[in-house]
Amino acid sequence: MLKNKKNGWLAIPYTIWAIIFILIPLVMIFYYGLVNRNGDFTLENIAAITEPEHIKALGLSMLLSLIATLICIILAYPLAMILSKLGLKQNSFIVLIFILPMWMNFLLRTLAWQTLLEKTGVINQLLAMLHLPALNIINTPYAIVLGMVYNFLPFMVLPIYNSLIRLDQDVINAAKDLGANNLHTFTRVIFPLSLPGVISGVTMVFIPALTTFVISNLLGGSKILLIGNVIEEEFTQAGNWNLGSGLSLVMMIFILISMVISAIADKDGEGGML
Amino acid sequence: MKKHIAFALTFILCMSVLTGCSAGKTSGENGQVIVYNWGEYLDPEVLDLFTEETGIEVIYDEYETNEIMYPKVETGATEYDVVCPSDYMIEKMIENELLAEINFEKIPNSKNISPQYYEQSKEFDPENKYSIPYCFGTVGILYNKTMVDEPIDSWNVLWDEKYKDNILMQDSVRDAFMVALKKLGYSMNSTNQKELEEARDLLIEQKPLTQAYVVDQVRDKMIGNEAAIGVIYSGEAIYTQRENPDLEYVIPKEGTNVWIDSWCILKNAPNKENAEKFIDFLCRPDIALKNFEYITYSTPNEEARKLIEDEDIKNSKIAFPDLSKLEHLETYQYLGEESDQLYNDMWKEVKSN
Amino acid sequence: MKRFLERFYVAVIFIFLYAPIVTLIVLSFNNSRTRAKWGGFTFKWYSSLLQNHTIMDALYNTLLIALISALAATIIGTITCIALNRMQSKTKAVLLGITNIPMLNADIVTGISLMLLFISFGFRFGFNTILLAHITFNIPYVILNVMPKFKQLNPNTFEAALDLGASPVYAFFKVVFPDILPGILSGFLMAFTMSLDDFIITHFTKGAGIDTISTKVYTEVKKGIKPEMYALSTIIFITVFVLLLIINAAPVKKKKQGELQ
Repeated sequence: MLKNKKNGWLAIPYTIWAIIFILIPLVMIFYYGLVNRNGDFTLENIAAITEPEHIKALGLSMLLSLIATLICIILAYPLAMILSKLGLKQNSFIVLIFILPMWMNFLLRTLAWQTLLEKTGVINQLLAMLHLPALNIINTPYAIVLGMVYNFLPFMVLPIYNSLIRLDQDVINAAKDLGANNLHTFTRVIFPLSLPGVISGVTMVFIPALTTFVISNLLGGSKILLIGNVIEEEFTQAGNWNLGSGLSLVMMIFILISMVISAIADKDGEGGML
Repeated sequence: MKKHIAFALTFILCMSVLTGCSAGKTSGENGQVIVYNWGEYLDPEVLDLFTEETGIEVIYDEYETNEIMYPKVETGATEYDVVCPSDYMIEKMIENELLAEINFEKIPNSKNISPQYYEQSKEFDPENKYSIPYCFGTVGILYNKTMVDEPIDSWNVLWDEKYKDNILMQDSVRDAFMVALKKLGYSMNSTNQKELEEARDLLIEQKPLTQAYVVDQVRDKMIGNEAAIGVIYSGEAIYTQRENPDLEYVIPKEGTNVWIDSWCILKNAPNKENAEKFIDFLCRPDIALKNFEYITYSTPNEEARKLIEDEDIKNSKIAFPDLSKLEHLETYQYLGEESDQLYNDMWKEVKSN
Repeated sequence: MKRFLERFYVAVIFIFLYAPIVTLIVLSFNNSRTRAKWGGFTFKWYSSLLQNHTIMDALYNTLLIALISALAATIIGTITCIALNRMQSKTKAVLLGITNIPMLNADIVTGISLMLLFISFGFRFGFNTILLAHITFNIPYVILNVMPKFKQLNPNTFEAALDLGASPVYAFFKVVFPDILPGILSGFLMAFTMSLDDFIITHFTKGAGIDTISTKVYTEVKKGIKPEMYALSTIIFITVFVLLLIINAAPVKKKKQGELQ
């Protein structure tokens, strides 16, 4: 059956679909990014990334998404370890509990933080009741990092958890039998073996964080411009598709880099969410 | 595992069917009209009334700023019938041949609009061919009397260190630059590179003091005591004062923008006749009154104003300012593609700073 | 001590994840319009939510789009997997590589690229464009779930069925289908979830008068948060929660029954 090529035509519908809805749209971004308004070839839309406001937006996006990714690793790893050590019985339920927020609408989750963080928001009401100083992080980069961590944390927990439960217990026992202490077992055995999970988690957090415009819009009070906001506004407000496409191409380079890194580190696709 | 997934699927199916039943739509037997309007700029009941009376279904979509509306209409990806742009945007749309000439005979209620507003419209629609005024007003400062204890009469207060983190700025290019240009004593229609650079630097200087750049949210934030001072359209003044009596609206002495938002029919409108019926309906005095009571933006509809029962509001200087008595008022003009680009770039510099 | 620390840590993360949601739920019962004051207990936001037909329409659209796009993606994806399974590895690699693009690319780029496509080819933006976009980003998730099941298949059973005189289609549904069904179902569920949760791609491909919950929330938040939004969050959260409880409670029950027998 495996080499029976008769059924190859079954792939035709999807191939056509993929060409129309995946490849052609990408080609169009390339096209728009590489021409000016009159349709002449130009590199200025890509070179526009070096303009101070764009470079600033890209730099800030990189910085905030890196911080958010780092915080996610720090929070998620211990959690995944603890969860992976639980007995199989309660296992699936407890894991589900940690994915549950992910099933709630992304916009509603972000809205929740706006409600909590605002000047007269819930947290500040509580702090005022306890006569504590107010927490003023709404509309600052801190709020955006918080929003990123909150929204994308489950994407980090899951792959790490999955790679940890796949670990062969015998390997760990062997390491201990050979005299490694807990720390050594962790740094030499457990962590390296769970690395594919960490890396796939990193791409799953880093890319959406790098390219977000919603979180910065809702929690940043439109005061903080990330590269996602710049691109979105070029399309929806300034109406300069060429510039927007050019900047998207630049952003895709960064996505590509992080994909290549994860592909190298995760050759067998072991660390996925599934 | 299989069974449980199957169970989940059935659950999802049931939910879909249930919501499908409850979301009963009032579909129109006489076609539809696609309306693109500002957010919170119309009493939703009016749409239902219109459908009831005419059998025309209203497909309703909202935008936050003129700048968001324009590219959507221009691409023609969604074929709207009726839009409600402001003065300078109408000028731009006329120039780019996006608007259709209105057949005023089909809209008899358009005579309810006081002639002075048609006169004023000539600034952007010289022959009164493309637009019917819907609302007008000024841009000013709304402040909370409990948080501000000095009299406010100038844009300068928006640069006052005292109110750091308590200032809400408008998140739209022209309004933001208007404030800075007026403070500097320039025209809000300036296309002078140097003047604009000064304005830009002023806005960058102000940025650390602002709490956020907002559009429609300014209303709720001011009502909820989130901020002390906000740049706001005059139409919100009555509403916000009703909800929070501590709020006060002023027009700064340096002058401000006076604007008109008008109904227009698009050139490629698929339902022109229904669009005429819709605009005519909105110009009917009772409907205009209903909208006025809901959105509290000044209506140019003379007949509707006569129907207002509350004498205080009918004669309110805020709801119906006597524009001839105010000084330094200006209307935005369309400044051409190049200047638009200049404004956009500078605004981006402000926002990314 | 270590056990305590572990539990403490899990609890802290748990609170971090759920406190915002709980706050929304509490606020949805608050009688006063502002968050600042507790004005007593009320259900009024729920009734005004149910009467708000624009929000109910958005909910309906969201579920309908999720359902249709997940179904379509499941069918196309599964058929493609059948073909992929028999392909030369080169063509297969190319097709799988293309399939990976929407999954790995940023949503904003996918959204914009589809918007450009629809505009250039004169599509009218509306329900259909959202649906096409959702099917497009859903198919890869189905393929991702179904492909591994094909790898685990024993090819000989299918051949045996053919040898015994079954037609290929009959043999497929009798022999192969039951084995790949779990993959198909989980692919469907994943596609459904992705479609439900999507905002960015819908934002760029939607037309006039059509909203999903995500885009509706976005415009509502921009106008100022209304308590109806809290009520909506509560309803969605409880639905999802109950759904998960049911899925989880079921296997336990079955095991117990098995023990009794």
